[in-house]
Amino acid sequence: MRQEKLIALILQAVALSALAGLLLITVFIFKEGLPLILRTGLKDFFFSSDWEPDAGHFGIMSMIIGSLAVTLGAMLIGGTLGLGMAIVLTQFCPPKLASFLKPTIELLAGIPSVVYGFMGVVTLVPLIRSYLGGPGLSVLAASIVLGIMVLPTVTSISIDALKAVPRTYWEGSVALGATRWQTTHMLMLKAARSGIVAAIILGMGRALGETMAVIMVAGNALEIPGSVLDPVRTLTSNIALEMGYASGEHREALFAAGVTLFAVIMIFNTIALTFARRTIRQGRGQ
Amino acid sequence: MMPPEQNSPVIEVQNLTVTSYDRTILDGLSLPVYKNERLAIIGPSNSGKTTFLRCLNRLNDLQHSFKVSGTILLNGSNIFDPGADTAQLRRKVGMVYAVPVPLPWSIYENLVYGPRLAGVRDKNRLDELVETSLQSAFLWGEVKDRLHMPAKNLSGGQQQRLCLARVLALEPEVLILDEPCSALDPISTAKIEDALFELKSRLAIVLVTNNTKQAARASDRTAFFLMGKLIEMKETGRLFTNPSDKRTNDYLVGQFG
Amino acid sequence: MKRISPAITQLIAVGCLWTFTLLTLSILLFIIAYILIQGLPWLSWEFLSQAPESMGRRGGIFPMIVGTFMVAGLAVLIAAPIGIATAVYLTEYTREGKFTFIVRFGADCLAGIPSIIYGLFGFVFFAIALGMGLSVISGALTLTLMILPTIVRTAEEAIRAVPPAYREASYGLGSTRWQMVTRVVLPLALPGICTGIVLSLGRSISETAAVMLTAGSALRMPHSLSDSTRTLALHFYILSREGLSMDKAYATASVLILLILALNLFAYWLMRQVTRRNG
Repeated sequence: MRQEKLIALILQAVALSALAGLLLITVFIFKEGLPLILRTGLKDFFFSSDWEPDAGHFGIMSMIIGSLAVTLGAMLIGGTLGLGMAIVLTQFCPPKLASFLKPTIELLAGIPSVVYGFMGVVTLVPLIRSYLGGPGLSVLAASIVLGIMVLPTVTSISIDALKAVPRTYWEGSVALGATRWQTTHMLMLKAARSGIVAAIILGMGRALGETMAVIMVAGNALEIPGSVLDPVRTLTSNIALEMGYASGEHREALFAAGVTLFAVIMIFNTIALTFARRTIRQGRGQ
Repeated sequence: MMPPEQNSPVIEVQNLTVTSYDRTILDGLSLPVYKNERLAIIGPSNSGKTTFLRCLNRLNDLQHSFKVSGTILLNGSNIFDPGADTAQLRRKVGMVYAVPVPLPWSIYENLVYGPRLAGVRDKNRLDELVETSLQSAFLWGEVKDRLHMPAKNLSGGQQQRLCLARVLALEPEVLILDEPCSALDPISTAKIEDALFELKSRLAIVLVTNNTKQAARASDRTAFFLMGKLIEMKETGRLFTNPSDKRTNDYLVGQFG
Repeated sequence: MKRISPAITQLIAVGCLWTFTLLTLSILLFIIAYILIQGLPWLSWEFLSQAPESMGRRGGIFPMIVGTFMVAGLAVLIAAPIGIATAVYLTEYTREGKFTFIVRFGADCLAGIPSIIYGLFGFVFFAIALGMGLSVISGALTLTLMILPTIVRTAEEAIRAVPPAYREASYGLGSTRWQMVTRVVLPLALPGICTGIVLSLGRSISETAAVMLTAGSALRMPHSLSDSTRTLALHFYILSREGLSMDKAYATASVLILLILALNLFAYWLMRQVTRRNG
């Protein structure tokens, strides 16, 4: 009996390690980055595009805009494709085929981001350069590459949400004479709405946080892009590009950019988890 | 054989009450179980029969909403004592479930699982336990040449006798069965009932059943439960021919349940 | 305007959706085929077994293969027991309540943190604060945190898939909770748990940003856990980014792709074992 209690205690302690990791990450990122944000001032840090680490200027606005631009573009592409694929796999596809397609989506998620970035550089960037103009390395190229990269996240969470809708809903609707498509867009998508929102938000988090692929295809210019064909630098690529040689205040500033990214993503996660949980509760309520 | 009442009871249930949230499932139950008897418990569904049985080996501990009060004495010591060892208790009070659940291993592995947990390591001793328990469950002849076959390949009736044998391999003092034949055909049912008849010379048996005919056939005493209360308990023949409570009579003639 | 009939709408919509799906699949196929076609001709035993020369322009990738497996393997080795123990605690030892909510929330948040943040954290915490420097162990510990949520989640799912009746049967035969977990539940959940572990190994091998900031980019062979190393993914990034050698870059990429393909196929096969047994 005493041995059993001991085992339970040990397991409980181990179960806390994920939480401990999260706390450690939060504490250390904030400890390294927050002082600089406060020193620079919120206005000069967030609302200035003047990033000259050697001169002590740490404005990250152009990178924030860069991150937002590629994330938005990625969601337009990855969100549409991902949700479309989830609908096909759950509503319009023989189960046998679906059980084959799902692992391929996992494979898509497993390909290293550097490979995606590289493929963007050797195939997409030249195409954009010769047909649409500009340097090729651009918001558009980054959006397309990121769109493909977030697709598995969007798809698999949307699939879970669509599967959580009680089968009886579907049967009820089809029995009333609705076509499968009418049932899908008028009923299934509405019933699974919360989960799909969660999928999109988590996808956005992925896109916002992706680093290596973006470095390779976005061009990394330190300016606010005027069009989708202009090059941009995102928060993440800035960190990865400059961490190698940064020191002192400069390094702190990179951590400060990390704090910004971390905070935004944690907000995204919390929203997405709230939505996801709502879906589960709805599903259970039936 | 001595009439069971003249033995001292193996199990003595005193004022057992079980509640879940606001619902009372068992209400102040008291009854003894004697060695060398087969006690049948009958009653309509939701009368608390299964809950009662699962109190005897504390399987209800897994139900977090259940609050249990009262005492159950097994050989004089309370099984609800804070220091009581539930694993040890479940070896002494072996249970057979309504639906046979062979673990996804071979027949042999199913049988030696319990003894191994109890610390039996000797191969010869394990083999001996396998043979005697299978014989007691009337299954030895059917499976002795294929002990290492997956238990899932057995028929439903054989699976239930395997589950019985698996419990007997623990050499329990009390055998509790929760509607063990509800999913079985008449021939398999008869085999289980025959086994129980043989087994009562060694241990005490508590049999919960929805089938009053089975209670009449295969028990020495019968208790009638209704809505968590013990209405009446006496020798099986007398209970069936001459019930003293009107509610017992109503149940037996099919007024409810 | 005449209303379009539902049947036609359906045809158009489903047509579009299938186009999306086929487009995605062809992209996947294109990436794999492109890398393999460009890279396989340059693959050779020498390439796999030799050290790189002049920054990777010539020679092979053997130290990177070793480094990759050291970092990723160690990460999985540490994360797997922690993840499985967490899953066992959440499913078998406690009820749904505040504690499980908080632990799950923590794991879900960890899962959403971008790899570059892991890199920053690993750099200040493991490499600097704990004095491990840019090393195999810093990289591995950083990846451990990164893959922990996946392992917890998949292990939880696999454990929940074990029929509850087996648990009762085991208790009924006098097992303690721990005996029930180790002898009945975990063996049955093993294929599912392994699927999660294999996929996590794949993710660790693919990861670039986090290992770049924690394990460094040394070209030499790592001889101990405190040596810096360069993983395959990072080597590929540096080769292609700095234009050192496209041939070597393609060859490295095809090694990566083959590894990921093999791991995913293995995970798929394991999953099939589970469905077959439960079905």
